[in-house]
Amino acid sequence: MSNPQQLRYSKEHEWLSAAEDGVATVGITEHAANALGDVVFVQLPEVGDTVAAGETCGELESTKSVSDLYSPVGGEVTAVNEDVVDDPSLVNSAPFEGGWLFKVRVTEEPADLLTADEYDTHIAG
Amino acid sequence: MSSNSPLRRTALDALHRSLGATMTDFAGWDMPLRYRSERDEHLAVRTKAGLFDLSHMGEITVTGPQANRLLDHALVGNISSLGVGRARYTMICQEDGGILDDLIVYRLGEQEYMVVANASNARTVLDALQERAAGFEAEVRDDRDAYALIAVQGPESPGILKSLTDADLDGLKYYAGLPGTVAGVPALIARTGYTGEDGFELFVAPEHAEKLWLALTEAGSPVGLIPCGLSCRDTLRLEAGMPLYGHELTMALTPFDAGLGRVVKFEKEGDFVGREALLRAAERAEQNPPRVLVGLVAEGRRVPRAGYAVVSGGEVIGEVTSGAPSPTLGKPIAMAYVDAAHSVPGAPGVGVDIRGSHEPYEVVALPFYKRQK
Repeated sequence: MSNPQQLRYSKEHEWLSAAEDGVATVGITEHAANALGDVVFVQLPEVGDTVAAGETCGELESTKSVSDLYSPVGGEVTAVNEDVVDDPSLVNSAPFEGGWLFKVRVTEEPADLLTADEYDTHIAG
Repeated sequence: MSSNSPLRRTALDALHRSLGATMTDFAGWDMPLRYRSERDEHLAVRTKAGLFDLSHMGEITVTGPQANRLLDHALVGNISSLGVGRARYTMICQEDGGILDDLIVYRLGEQEYMVVANASNARTVLDALQERAAGFEAEVRDDRDAYALIAVQGPESPGILKSLTDADLDGLKYYAGLPGTVAGVPALIARTGYTGEDGFELFVAPEHAEKLWLALTEAGSPVGLIPCGLSCRDTLRLEAGMPLYGHELTMALTPFDAGLGRVVKFEKEGDFVGREALLRAAERAEQNPPRVLVGLVAEGRRVPRAGYAVVSGGEVIGEVTSGAPSPTLGKPIAMAYVDAAHSVPGAPGVGVDIRGSHEPYEVVALPFYKRQK
């Protein structure tokens, strides 16, 4: 598996795209999706919600477990991926593309987000 | 399980890793959880075939002129009545009637039985059988390391196996077993399983496991057989309404509490461990039923998990013992013990407390899934 170079990553296995007009896209990594197994239910924040960096903003259910979804940055949610709500398997089949989760207008960005290479090292350890 | 002791690996460990399996600690064994998608693995078993490594299961051999009488005494079933070549689902209980494990017993010969215990309980069952053997002309042998166990399950499994053996599979009924040769490997061929499908469990020497696995893969792949992990085994057995020790069955419950009183045979000859307590438990279950094991089907999409409260009118009326998204039904399902008053299929107003939110659930009779014969 390869983690796209243009994204940044949290230690909780979310990815964050480079912001366009201040809005960045958030998803979970392929590593996280593989660890979860088949995702069967996704609960996302709502458009207009304020999310805080490193705090819970939803949940992902797989066959074996339920996991909290953390936001890697703080800000206001501007869009959620309805396709992934209808078909949660997108998280497994295309975690970096069609399986994106929500978009956020970034107001708070932690200093410790990882580069792709740093995230590779994080998940190898 | 102690986290300090290293995980045990089956004879197929290297193969699982080469197949890219996600491994998990199951009762101290490093076992395949899934290879790719557990949902695809589940559906392969329902519609085609799946291949499982179940070598963690614990085999115990009981031999001798009084092997049958020992097992009648030690277990709740009528083991003497089992014909050679047949198998039976049964349980071993404590003196107080509490379930120590659920078992399958195979009668391999007039004086030879194989008892198959759950991995997590194998040591306990072995110790109990050895203790209960005192005074009987019978030997209890620890064969946990003597066998690898490979299961091929699903509607295509008879065809796949037939291509690899001369054994009379058509004559092999459900819950029967016979010695034979599969892919050149000596095996005990049993028509048993834990998936709700037709299928076979093959007990072989560990050194033959890899050869057998590869032969089954080669024979089965053209008809859709894929390797399957324990994750789909759990959803398959849940859909089939089969109990899992540690979830639906525990030491705190008797077989009657679990709705499985039919496995207790009071009419058999001689006394057996737990008899007095089980007589009382049977009476209690008849007159004043405790909680009843039911099925629950979600109206929503959130998945109930073991330990979640079942609620009605704001009151806790039971507890989920197993829950998962059902690939066959396309909805979350669960087994739960609920107060008898709420246990009738269609009972109104029943929900599950899913992390603080009461989600509506329909009470249904078990199983959720029954194969068409």
